[in-house]
Amino acid sequence: MSDKSHDPNQMTGAAMIVRALIDHGVQHLFGYPGGAVLPIYDEIFQQSEVEHILVRHEQGAGHAAEGYARSTGKPGVVLVTSGPGATNMVTPLADALMDSIPLVCITGQVPTHLIGNDAFQECDTVGITRPCTKHNWLVRDVNDLAKVLHEAFYVATSGRPGPVVVDVPKDVQFATGTYHPPRKSDVHVSYTPRVKGDAAQIRKAVAMLASAKRPVIYSGGGVINSGPEASKLLRELVEVTGFPITSTLMGLGAYPATGKNWLGMLGMHGTYEANMTMHDCDVMLCVGARFDDRITGRTDAFSPGSKKIHIDIDPSSINKNIRVDVPIIGDCGNVLGDLLQVFKAETKKPDIKAWWQQIAQWRARNSLSYRKNNDIILPQYAIQRLFELTRGKDTYITTEVGQHQMWAAQFFGFEEPHRWMTSGGLGTMGYGLPAALGVQVAHPDSLVIDIAGDASVQMTMQEMSTAVQYELPIKIFILNNQYMGMVRQWQQLLHGNRLSHSYSEALPDFVKLADAYGAVGIQAIKPGDLDGAIKEMIKVRKPVLFDCRVAALENCFPMIPSGKAHNEMLLPEEANDEATATAFAGGKALV
Amino acid sequence: MNQPASAYFLEERHDPNETHTLSVLVQNEPGVLARVIGLFSGRGYNIDSLTVSETESQKHLSRITIVTTGTPMVIQQIKHQLDRMVPVYRVVDMTLTGRSIERELAMVKVKGGGEHRVEALRLADAFRARVIDATTESFVFEITGNTSKINQFIDLMRPLGLVEVSRTGVAAITRGPEGM
Repeated sequence: MSDKSHDPNQMTGAAMIVRALIDHGVQHLFGYPGGAVLPIYDEIFQQSEVEHILVRHEQGAGHAAEGYARSTGKPGVVLVTSGPGATNMVTPLADALMDSIPLVCITGQVPTHLIGNDAFQECDTVGITRPCTKHNWLVRDVNDLAKVLHEAFYVATSGRPGPVVVDVPKDVQFATGTYHPPRKSDVHVSYTPRVKGDAAQIRKAVAMLASAKRPVIYSGGGVINSGPEASKLLRELVEVTGFPITSTLMGLGAYPATGKNWLGMLGMHGTYEANMTMHDCDVMLCVGARFDDRITGRTDAFSPGSKKIHIDIDPSSINKNIRVDVPIIGDCGNVLGDLLQVFKAETKKPDIKAWWQQIAQWRARNSLSYRKNNDIILPQYAIQRLFELTRGKDTYITTEVGQHQMWAAQFFGFEEPHRWMTSGGLGTMGYGLPAALGVQVAHPDSLVIDIAGDASVQMTMQEMSTAVQYELPIKIFILNNQYMGMVRQWQQLLHGNRLSHSYSEALPDFVKLADAYGAVGIQAIKPGDLDGAIKEMIKVRKPVLFDCRVAALENCFPMIPSGKAHNEMLLPEEANDEATATAFAGGKALV
Repeated sequence: MNQPASAYFLEERHDPNETHTLSVLVQNEPGVLARVIGLFSGRGYNIDSLTVSETESQKHLSRITIVTTGTPMVIQQIKHQLDRMVPVYRVVDMTLTGRSIERELAMVKVKGGGEHRVEALRLADAFRARVIDATTESFVFEITGNTSKINQFIDLMRPLGLVEVSRTGVAAITRGPEGM
C-alpha cells in the first residue's frame, strides 16, 4: 500500500479548488478575499498559473467575468467570500442567467457546524442564488469537491450556458481529501442537453424556406454562444439563400453590419426595415433567439402571416411567447450545418426579388436619421464618430444600460461575433465598466471601449481603481446628458413629462475623477472637438474616462410604443409632440 | 386596447385553463424539492397538489407528482422548465398519456354520537374507508381513491361532525407494463 501522505492527489479542499481551475485551463480569476475564503487565497498566493484580479466590489468581479466569458467563449471564474460577498454576486449571476453567459462562481461559506446558526457573514448562498443560477452546490464533504467542481464547469459551459455557484464551507477548504482530475464521468447524471437537431424537422424547415416568397432570418445570442463556427454557418446560409437578416441586441456581430443582406437590429428600438420585414414576412427562421418582449411588441399582432421555424438549444424557449410551426431543438451551429447541407441539395430555389424591392422601400425611410447640429454633440453623432475612428482597429465594445446602449446598438457596426458585450436580458446598469475590465484582461492589446451613460457608469465606477492597478487601458466613453436618459424618455412619453428623479443634479467632474483614480480624463463639449478627443483617447495607453457632453434631451428613436405591433413604429421624423402623444395614448391619455 | 402607461406590453390571455398531472423523476440531492417549488412560485405557476418521496434509494431517485392548472401554453412551459433543470431526469405528463391511474390517501377525523355516528360509519363502508382509530365519540377513517372520490367523502362527512382531514396529495402511475 502506498503511503497516503505522498499521494499527489491528497490535498486540502482549498488546494483542490486552485488545482481544478488549472485543470480546466483557467488563466484568470476575478475575486475579492474575505474570512470564509482565506484558505483559497492562501493557495492562490503560492502559485503562478492562475492570475487573480482583485476588484473593488464583488459585483465588479461578476461583470468582469461576464465580459471575459463573452469575449473569449470560455467560462468566467469568480471567487468571493460568504455572506455579503455572495449577495453582492447576485446581480451578475442573474445577469449571466438571462444572457446565457457561462460563469463559475466559487463562494466561501461559514464552517459546516455553524451553517444555520446565523454565524458572522453567513447567508443561505445556495438558497439565495438558486433562482439566479443554472445550478448550484453546497459541498459538505471534501471528497465530493473535485467531482462537484468538474461538474460545475460542465454545467456552466454545456447546453445553454449559464452561471453556477459552488459554495464551499471553510472547514471543507481546510480538510484533506482525494482530488481527481476532470474525467468524462464528471457530468451530472440527469443533465443531458441535446445538441443535434431532428433530421425530419430540418427537412421540413428547408422545404418551408425553399418555397418562401417573403423570408427573413432573425438571429440571436445563441449563435454567438454556439461559437465562431455558428456565425460562419449563419453567414453562409444568408449567402446561399439570399435572405434578409436581422438580429437581436444579443446577436449583433454574428452577421456583419456591412453585409448586404443586413437589416439592422429589430425590436423596440430596431430599424424600420427590420421590424417591417418581420411583420410582413411569410417564413421566419429564428436562430438562437427567444422572442422576448422587447422583440415582439404586441404578441397577438406579431408577424401575423408567417410560418415560424425556431432553432434553440433550450426546449423551454420554444412556444414560450410565440407559437412556432417548426421547432428544432439543438445547438445553433450544429443545426445550421445540417440545415445548410439539406438546403444546398434542394433543387427549388426561392425567388425573392419582389421582396427585396419592398425592403428597399422600407430602407429608404432611413429610420435612424437624426438632425445634425453644429453646436451640441448629439449622442448618435458621437457614436458614429467613435465607430468611424475605431474602424479597422481590434475593438471590443461594452455598454451600460439605457439610451446610450440602444444608440450603440444602432450606430456602431459589428463585423465579428464576441465583440459586443451588453446586458440584454436583465438590463443591468453598471455592467459595462467592469465588463470592459474583463474583456481587457482577456485581450490586453485590444482597444476596449465601454460606451456608457453618466448615470449607469457611477454604479460601478469604483472599478476604475482596478483598471489602474492592473494597467488595463479601458476607455469609458460616457455620453453625458446629465439624465437617466431612458427613464426620462419614458417619463416624457408615458408619464406626462413629469421627470421624477431622473435628473442627476450633482454629477462628479469626470475629468477630475479620472485624475483622482490615476487614470486619464478627457472632455469633449463641441462637435468640432470630438474627433480630436476620440483620437487622443485611442492613443492613450491608460484607462480613460471620456466625458462626452451630449444634447440633454435627445430621445431614442425609432421606437415601438407599448402595446403596439412592429408595423406601428414611431419614426424619428414623425416623433413630434402630437404624434408621440397619440401613439402612446392608447386609452389612458397622456397629459 | 386600454393599456395604462407602461414600459411593458400588458396583455390579457384568454386561453382556457386545464388541469394536468405531471410525474417528475429527479436526482434525490439536497435542495431538489426547493428547486422545483421555487420554479413554480418564481414563474407564477399553480400547484394544486404535490407529492414527493424517494422511490429508488439505491439510485437516489425521487418521484415528484404535481397537479397543476394553466393554459396549454403554460402547461407546456412548465414541463420544459422542469425538464431543463439539472437534477431532473424525466417529466411525464400523465394526463396526456391518457392511461394514468391517480390515487390519494386521506385520513378523516369525525366526531359525534347517535344517528350521525351510525351514518358516518355506514357511508365509510360504502366508500370502502377503513376505521383506523375509534373512541366512543370519534372515528378516524382512512380512505384511498382519486381526488374527486375523496372530496365527495369529505363533503359527506362535514355535516356528520368532520373535525379535520390530512391528505397525501396525488400519486400517479401509468397502466400497462412500461415505466416512465
